[in-house]
Amino acid sequence: MTPAREILLHTVPVDVFDTERIRSDFPALHQAVHGQPLVYLDNAATTQKPLKVIEVLDSYYRNDNANVHRGVHALSERATAAYEAAREKVRKFLNAQSPQELVFVRGTTEAINLVAQSWGRANLRPNDEVVITETEHHSNIVPWQMLCGQTGAKLRVVPAEDNGELSVERYAQILGERTRLVAVSHCSNALGTINPVKQMISLAHETGAVVLVDGAQAVPHLAVDVRDLDCDFYAFSGHKLYGPTGIGVLYAKMALLQDMPPYQGGGEMVKHVSFDHAIYHDPPLRFEAGTPNIAGAIGLGAAIDYVDAVGIEAIGRHEQDLLARATAAMAGMPGLRIIGTAPEKTGILSFVLQNIHAHDVGTILDMQGVAVRVGHHCAIPVMQRYQVPATARASFALYNTREEVDVLVAAVYRAKEVFG
Amino acid sequence: MMTDLRSLYEEVILDHNRNPRNFQHAPPAANHVAHGYNPLCGDELSVSLRLENGIVTDIGFDGAGCAIATASASLMTESIKGKTVEEAKALFESVHEMLTQQGSAGDLGKLQVLVGVREYPARVKCATLAWHTLQAALRKEQGTVSTE
Ligand SMILES: Cc1ncc(COP(=O)(O)O)c(C=O)c1O
Repeated sequence: MTPAREILLHTVPVDVFDTERIRSDFPALHQAVHGQPLVYLDNAATTQKPLKVIEVLDSYYRNDNANVHRGVHALSERATAAYEAAREKVRKFLNAQSPQELVFVRGTTEAINLVAQSWGRANLRPNDEVVITETEHHSNIVPWQMLCGQTGAKLRVVPAEDNGELSVERYAQILGERTRLVAVSHCSNALGTINPVKQMISLAHETGAVVLVDGAQAVPHLAVDVRDLDCDFYAFSGHKLYGPTGIGVLYAKMALLQDMPPYQGGGEMVKHVSFDHAIYHDPPLRFEAGTPNIAGAIGLGAAIDYVDAVGIEAIGRHEQDLLARATAAMAGMPGLRIIGTAPEKTGILSFVLQNIHAHDVGTILDMQGVAVRVGHHCAIPVMQRYQVPATARASFALYNTREEVDVLVAAVYRAKEVFG
Repeated sequence: MMTDLRSLYEEVILDHNRNPRNFQHAPPAANHVAHGYNPLCGDELSVSLRLENGIVTDIGFDGAGCAIATASASLMTESIKGKTVEEAKALFESVHEMLTQQGSAGDLGKLQVLVGVREYPARVKCATLAWHTLQAALRKEQGTVSTE
């Protein structure tokens, strides 16, 4: 090796993020929208899928398709092995103790409903309290409202600070001896705030409450260790993590799962059935009534492999770089207000423009090939808290580039131009 | 591309958005009021009018919405004043057809500027919100109409 080459090798950081190679793994990114190259910045709603995930789905249906946990034939055994291998991948990804602590569900929404209807109905009494926060997604509000209606428990809400943070002090004041459960998002989907969940969990445990963490907006961006967090429940969706739609995960501590009644009844969740009674399976099968989304689970496993290969820390750093660039450019724009300015954020930039409604911003950006989400982001209480009818939200993923951030910024300037 | 944008955001639309007509105008002795809501985007507006002997003698609107919703409401109030209930309903039908059906010809005068919206299916409900609310007001429905 020549000395020059040696020097080169040593000066290039080992973790250079190769977005070009990553982008080549995502077929959907390579298209034009309204004659412009697609700039996909709606990743908090759902992410595009890498070829590896698409191929795994294709191959499963071509070669291995069979029902799981019920056949002795070869295809069923292959499908069951692949489905359970995916569960083990999720276990490693979240650092759970055992794969039996992971229940495959449709997504975050179903995971939360499962906890509310199974754990919640079995454990809540009138005047018990469920604590949520002002920055939750509707899916971490409505299931608890329903549960409170069914049990006579009360919903308490931790207010958000002006910059989108949660104050641990105000949270601690709301916790009390009536608190049975705390449900909080790890990261807010409307604002991007990374919440101090570890501290919140430890405070809740001191009062004897259990904690559900909605991790839908966290797992794609930061390393999650459920044992380090010591959360009781953790929920996420595959489709926001480069996996298929219709598959998600509920993690629950085994001690809790073992005592929880089934969520739905049907096949797969029972050991024995007579007309007098049924003997339920142990977790997690007890909570997976009916034929599950087998292909979805296997696809999620492939998505986790993909994220692991790139490295979640590297992904997080890359997204932070994009967020910083976008924030710097937007913060200097006259008439633009960023909603959510917490110091600890994932790659989410929510903003409003003076005198231009978010829907008009969304359409004008779309005309320039830039896909963002506009509206209330399934978080109407957040919109009310910050007194805006809606925001435009750009959300970054591992395949976005600095150039795309610049296209976004230019497109927002265009919107201002059109509206004069 | 900017010309495409202008096909939706025509100067007339931008003008009616910037200076909406009959906005925050509550007709004296208004006898028909309705509230409209688009849950998809959170746009809300109310239409109130005075109906005398089957004729809309005065009309105003209030609320918050995008440029398309606001301009459509503004243009609507201008074109409805002085119309009979039957004429107003017929106009609603024509506007609805223009916004939802490709190739519908006709000339709706000033309202024709809204035709560009038809290329943006996600935005059609923004343009029809005021009109649905007007319909509800004319039917003297109380409460809220929803575009969903
Ligand atoms: C924070 C948060 N929680 C829950 C959800 C619901 O996820 P899903 O629709 O995949 O069930 C979302 C997704 O929009 C979210 O962002």
